[in-house]
Amino acid sequence: MTGILVYSEDLDLQLQLLSKGRELSNNLAAKLYALVIGSNVEGHVASVLNYSDAVITIENKSLEHYDVELYKIGVVEAVKRVNPDVILIGATKFGKELAARTAAALDAGCMTECISLNIDKEGNLLAERLIYGGSSIALEKSRRKPHIAVISKNIFKRLEPSTKVAEVLRLDTDHPKSKVQILEKREKSKSDTGLEEASIIVAAGRGFKKKEDLDLLRELSSILGSKIGCTRPISADNGWLDEWIGISGKKVKPRLYIAFGISGTIQHAAGIRGSQIIVSVNQDEAAGIFEISDYGILGDLYTILPALIKVLKKVKKTES
Amino acid sequence: MIISDWKVRDVDEIWRLCDLVKIVVLVKDIPDLTDIKIGQDRRPILVSVKRKINDLDKRALESAVQLKEKYGGEVVTLSLGDEKTRTTILDALSSGADSAYIINDKELIGLDALTTAKVLSFALKKLAPFDLVLCGEMSLDTLSSQIGARIAEILNISQVMYARRIDLVGNKIKVERELEYCEEVVEAELPAIVSVIREINEPRIPSLMNIMKAKRKPVIEWDSKTLGLSVEELKKLSAIEILDVKAPLVERKRIMIKGETPEEVAEKLVEALRSEGVLRDLQ
Ligand SMILES: Cc1cc2nc3c(=O)[nH]c(=O)nc-3n(C[C@H](O)[C@H](O)[C@H](O)COP(=O)(O)OP(=O)(O)OC[C@H]3O[C@@H](n4cnc5c(N)ncnc54)[C@H](O)[C@@H]3O)c2cc1C
Ligand SMILES: Nc1ncnc2c1ncn2[C@@H]1O[C@H](COP(=O)(O)O)[C@@H](O)[C@H]1O
Repeated sequence: MTGILVYSEDLDLQLQLLSKGRELSNNLAAKLYALVIGSNVEGHVASVLNYSDAVITIENKSLEHYDVELYKIGVVEAVKRVNPDVILIGATKFGKELAARTAAALDAGCMTECISLNIDKEGNLLAERLIYGGSSIALEKSRRKPHIAVISKNIFKRLEPSTKVAEVLRLDTDHPKSKVQILEKREKSKSDTGLEEASIIVAAGRGFKKKEDLDLLRELSSILGSKIGCTRPISADNGWLDEWIGISGKKVKPRLYIAFGISGTIQHAAGIRGSQIIVSVNQDEAAGIFEISDYGILGDLYTILPALIKVLKKVKKTES
Repeated sequence: MIISDWKVRDVDEIWRLCDLVKIVVLVKDIPDLTDIKIGQDRRPILVSVKRKINDLDKRALESAVQLKEKYGGEVVTLSLGDEKTRTTILDALSSGADSAYIINDKELIGLDALTTAKVLSFALKKLAPFDLVLCGEMSLDTLSSQIGARIAEILNISQVMYARRIDLVGNKIKVERELEYCEEVVEAELPAIVSVIREINEPRIPSLMNIMKAKRKPVIEWDSKTLGLSVEELKKLSAIEILDVKAPLVERKRIMIKGETPEEVAEKLVEALRSEGVLRDLQ
């Protein structure tokens, strides 16, 4: 009997991939394995019991940190044990480096940024994946087992848990001393801002000159009942907001997306493609964002944004 | 040498620490994404698209050049490209690389990540000894994010991905790296391969003088023969096949809203959004 092996250190993502894995396992008549690796895995194991046929756990003190060399040894051991046809790995940053490293150890192919998965008549894995910065979609075929696919969060939906409880298989692995030592670790306080579920998003780009100016956007946002998003530099360079939107950030699908001072690079555009209506305000006539907008306003966000707030306030008042 | 079971295990023999640092930067020559047009059949048109160095690889190069400025040594670039790469790579030579190695072989075009990593590993072996290999977090064209980790496995060297700061400390490398949940400061044995993220630096803009000088720097071309690679075996090993590429059809209205005053513009926008039915809560 063949198998599908699913790994992600991100529990939510692993449950989503197990749900997709369940569908593929029905097609392939395969057994569905959840792989859990770490130094303290009990809680995680308990959470995947109702999503798989078997849970493979590798627990070891040396796996306390996300050390790719040591984790790879774990994945390779699991693969040797169950010989899966398909391996699904969650596209966190760590998941991506682990997938590629494991693929190299197995001399296997690997498809990243997958947005759909299918099995063809010969039992090969077909994937649609984003390319050209996210502006196009390639259809690719993995023609040799094990087929490895790497998938981001929220591509597949998490199903309801089944009432069947998986068996647990413990693997003992040897982990040599790693070539990489951790000197310091700072946890990030991650606030999930709910951008992915938002129905309206107003977003800031580098057209904003100061952090305080985002207050304008917050005012607009509270009138619209929207969420606030931004481009990568606003978050990663300036640290003004926690999460950004785009190919390397959140992919959003609101009914209304309003971009202020955003140029519309391919990497940002890839994250907003699913929006129903896109509005952009930019003072550069040639800004690429206008190409992918339904409504564009050529102008200074510092005059348009206050005007919009004023008009919306007026509308709200007369109608309530 | 059989490629499929080629894993270098005799690291200590192959690599020795040089007195001066030698850094190899993996530089990929990619189409300028903003230059890609979509054809009638929804397929991206790539012929005659300008080419440039993958943005992240320019940042990897900038890091390498900064390390060289601090500690001395040598920076070379390595690219698996084609006959156009010679032109693109001038940008790297203007930005501080000392020499460029290009693998240019018609038989080695369009390889998948598995075989690309094998080819680059063969070339790295030929470039050894070195201390450090720097690469980008991913190729912005294929979004593949595999080459760095694959090379670490093939060559059995330290792997540190997603660096936002790199420094050499004695005979180790110290890296600040970033994951979703945490930031880590790690120390790794050399030789190591390190991938960089966008935030690591802003690459310098080469001066006119350096652009002139770049034209005289050595560019060495290799092919499968120089690398001792069997093309046939590589093709057999290749695992991923691209069946089709299409740009999704997204129709946008592209209406520009104009008016005498900002208020007039704002009113027109609100009107438009209401008739689209996307301002539900206000209606
Ligand atoms: C590997 C990688 C991944 C990336 N992933 C992402 C990603 O996921 N998301 C992302 O957003 N970026 C991403 N980027 C970065 C991306 O390439 C761009 O750098 C970024 O999107 C640009 O952000 P921006 O539009 O805010 O800034 P800019 O490109 O600088 O644009 C600012 C815009 O504001 C306009 N403007 C200025 N002042 C005003 C004003 N007063 N009123 C109105 N308009 C004004 C300007 O005309 C300009 O168009 C990535 C880059 C790399 C290398
Ligand atoms: N053909 C190539 N030539 C040189 N370096 C490459 C090549 N392909 C990928 N790389 C390097 O590997 C990094 C990750 O690429 P990828 O795995 O293709 O996303 C890139 O940023 C480059 O530094």
